[in-house]
Amino acid sequence: MFEFVMPPAFILITGAVLVALARPAMRPIFALLAPLVTLYAIWQVPDGVQLTTTFLGYQIELVEGGALRRMFATVFAIMAFGGVLFAFRQSKWYELSAAIIYAAGAIGVSFAGDLITLFIFWELMALFSTVVVWCGGTERARAAGIRYAIIHLTGGLILKIGIEGLYVATGSLEIQALTLESFATWMIFIGILINAAAPPISAWLADAYPESRPMGGVFLSAFTTKTSVLALILLFPGQPLLIWIGLFMIFYGIIFALLENDMRRILSYSIVNQVGFMVTAVGIGTELALNGAAAHAFSHILYKALLFMSAGAVMYQTGVRKCSELGGLFRTMPLTTVCGIIGALAISAFPFTSGFVSKSMISSAAGYEHLGFVWFLLIAASAGVFLHAGIKFPWFVFFQKDSGLRPPEAPWNMRIAMILFSAACIGIGLFPNLLYGLLPYPVDYEPYTAEHVVSQLQLLLFAGLAFFVLLPLMKRTETLSLDVDWLYRRALPAIAVRVDRLLTRAAAVLNQVADAAGVLFVKGFKQGSYRYFSSRAPMGITALWMAGVLALFLILTLIL
Amino acid sequence: MSPEREQAIREGAKHWLVQPKTIRLLWWVSGVILALTVIAQIWIHIHAYFSVDGLLGFYAAFGFLSCVAMVLFAKVLGWVLKRPDDYYDTPAIRSEESSDDV
Repeated sequence: MFEFVMPPAFILITGAVLVALARPAMRPIFALLAPLVTLYAIWQVPDGVQLTTTFLGYQIELVEGGALRRMFATVFAIMAFGGVLFAFRQSKWYELSAAIIYAAGAIGVSFAGDLITLFIFWELMALFSTVVVWCGGTERARAAGIRYAIIHLTGGLILKIGIEGLYVATGSLEIQALTLESFATWMIFIGILINAAAPPISAWLADAYPESRPMGGVFLSAFTTKTSVLALILLFPGQPLLIWIGLFMIFYGIIFALLENDMRRILSYSIVNQVGFMVTAVGIGTELALNGAAAHAFSHILYKALLFMSAGAVMYQTGVRKCSELGGLFRTMPLTTVCGIIGALAISAFPFTSGFVSKSMISSAAGYEHLGFVWFLLIAASAGVFLHAGIKFPWFVFFQKDSGLRPPEAPWNMRIAMILFSAACIGIGLFPNLLYGLLPYPVDYEPYTAEHVVSQLQLLLFAGLAFFVLLPLMKRTETLSLDVDWLYRRALPAIAVRVDRLLTRAAAVLNQVADAAGVLFVKGFKQGSYRYFSSRAPMGITALWMAGVLALFLILTLIL
Repeated sequence: MSPEREQAIREGAKHWLVQPKTIRLLWWVSGVILALTVIAQIWIHIHAYFSVDGLLGFYAAFGFLSCVAMVLFAKVLGWVLKRPDDYYDTPAIRSEESSDDV
């Protein structure tokens, strides 16, 4: 054991800088070691505030330990390691480096003891995740990255307004449970929810993530939304509004994923869906529900990364991203297929996978609180997850029809990363106490009762039956679905152009009117002036002038 | 998989998994498993949070029906929201020369 010396996030940032500066041969070593050293450091952070410093005249708490914080930081570090392992031979150094700093931002948020520290690391994530999107290298990635950055910087600004308002009102920057009673706390709430891909702007996620490279997507799937789940657990536990926001996200994710053809966009919508489960759990707010939210975030990061890895491996090997052009890949990519299926089973919460032991806590919490409506929707959504991610993704990518594609199996480093994460998904499913031991509240919950297993199997297998019965209705079409992003990608530019042209026309008309008026005036003044000023002007006009001049004198004498 | 078999698959031989015989067998096996999960409820009592969720086959029926509902809802929504996937590839604003209107 050694003394706590340095914030874990700084260790990871140092690693990222070393990756950028090192000789190419040394880069993988730094990239792989940095998350492991960080993971070790995370477990050396004791409970309570560990490190305070002064920043712009404020006392800030760079590191505050706690079970919940360590748990999130742990999974972020594991994720960083798995992502690097998946990517290090294929990614450019700057993609790798940016992704590692992005992970460091997430770990920094996890340990943030006050709102300023939280905000700084929050923005660090926004900046470097944008770089990861840009690494996609295409025109679409460039545009999507700019939209992504605008949304997140705006979200950051809203969060900052809230933090400043809170400080002015209360003088405290502590991270503690807040209530939605002032403008400032609302701003903080909205700022955090923007990162959680909550409505109405869930669209940024499925817009940006699928434009990254196959490797970048693995990192993007993990950090942003889950840090905001952590922030919600810390700042707004038991806020009832979150239940409805979460339920909306759950069904939004399912429906849009059902409509989608791009495989990584299906997975992106399913991130919104899964984060919806966590947000709902934070809204329920009991110890079991908050444990469920944290546990689900942990297992979600692992299986969602695994899904993005298998989709990424397919994309890397084939260059194809549309389900309508994929299919039948199980023939030549058996390992990727098996790992993709394990991820799909885990996200569907199949018994003996990680999703089962975490998600059942959330629906049980709703049941124990007798939130009937919420419970029935959560159960329907659990069936829907199997439908849109659990079967749809593996079926259309690896089975379906024979697309004629015969790509070789993924490179060895990708295979190892997928095997490790598959093992983690099943390991947590078989030994749930590994996960439960990390949770913030004591766990008095037994996932593996016969009734849990039977009811979950009934639910999922009949959802599967529904999929194959309704398969003709789910024929892939080469389409995308309009979303709120249509407003700022199409409607707003169209309105702006209309306004611009209207103003141009108005300006032209105004110019003409002014021209004509000027001509009239000049004509009248120049050519008609003899009528008023000359000796030929009528007597009356001269008298009027005299009266005017006299009146002026009178007024001047009165004033002066 | 042996190299010869792999070669054969590359040349388009039917994988055992997609042969009609296997697929028929899979349907039968799945049907039996589905039935078993419902029948198991006779011996395993499922504790009900509310009332209907304790009924025999509740999870099966509810799961199946909610999936049907979601697929149909998505289908209907798709008529409104679906666009060709190059929809956003054309610039948002057409240039002044090509047209007066947006």
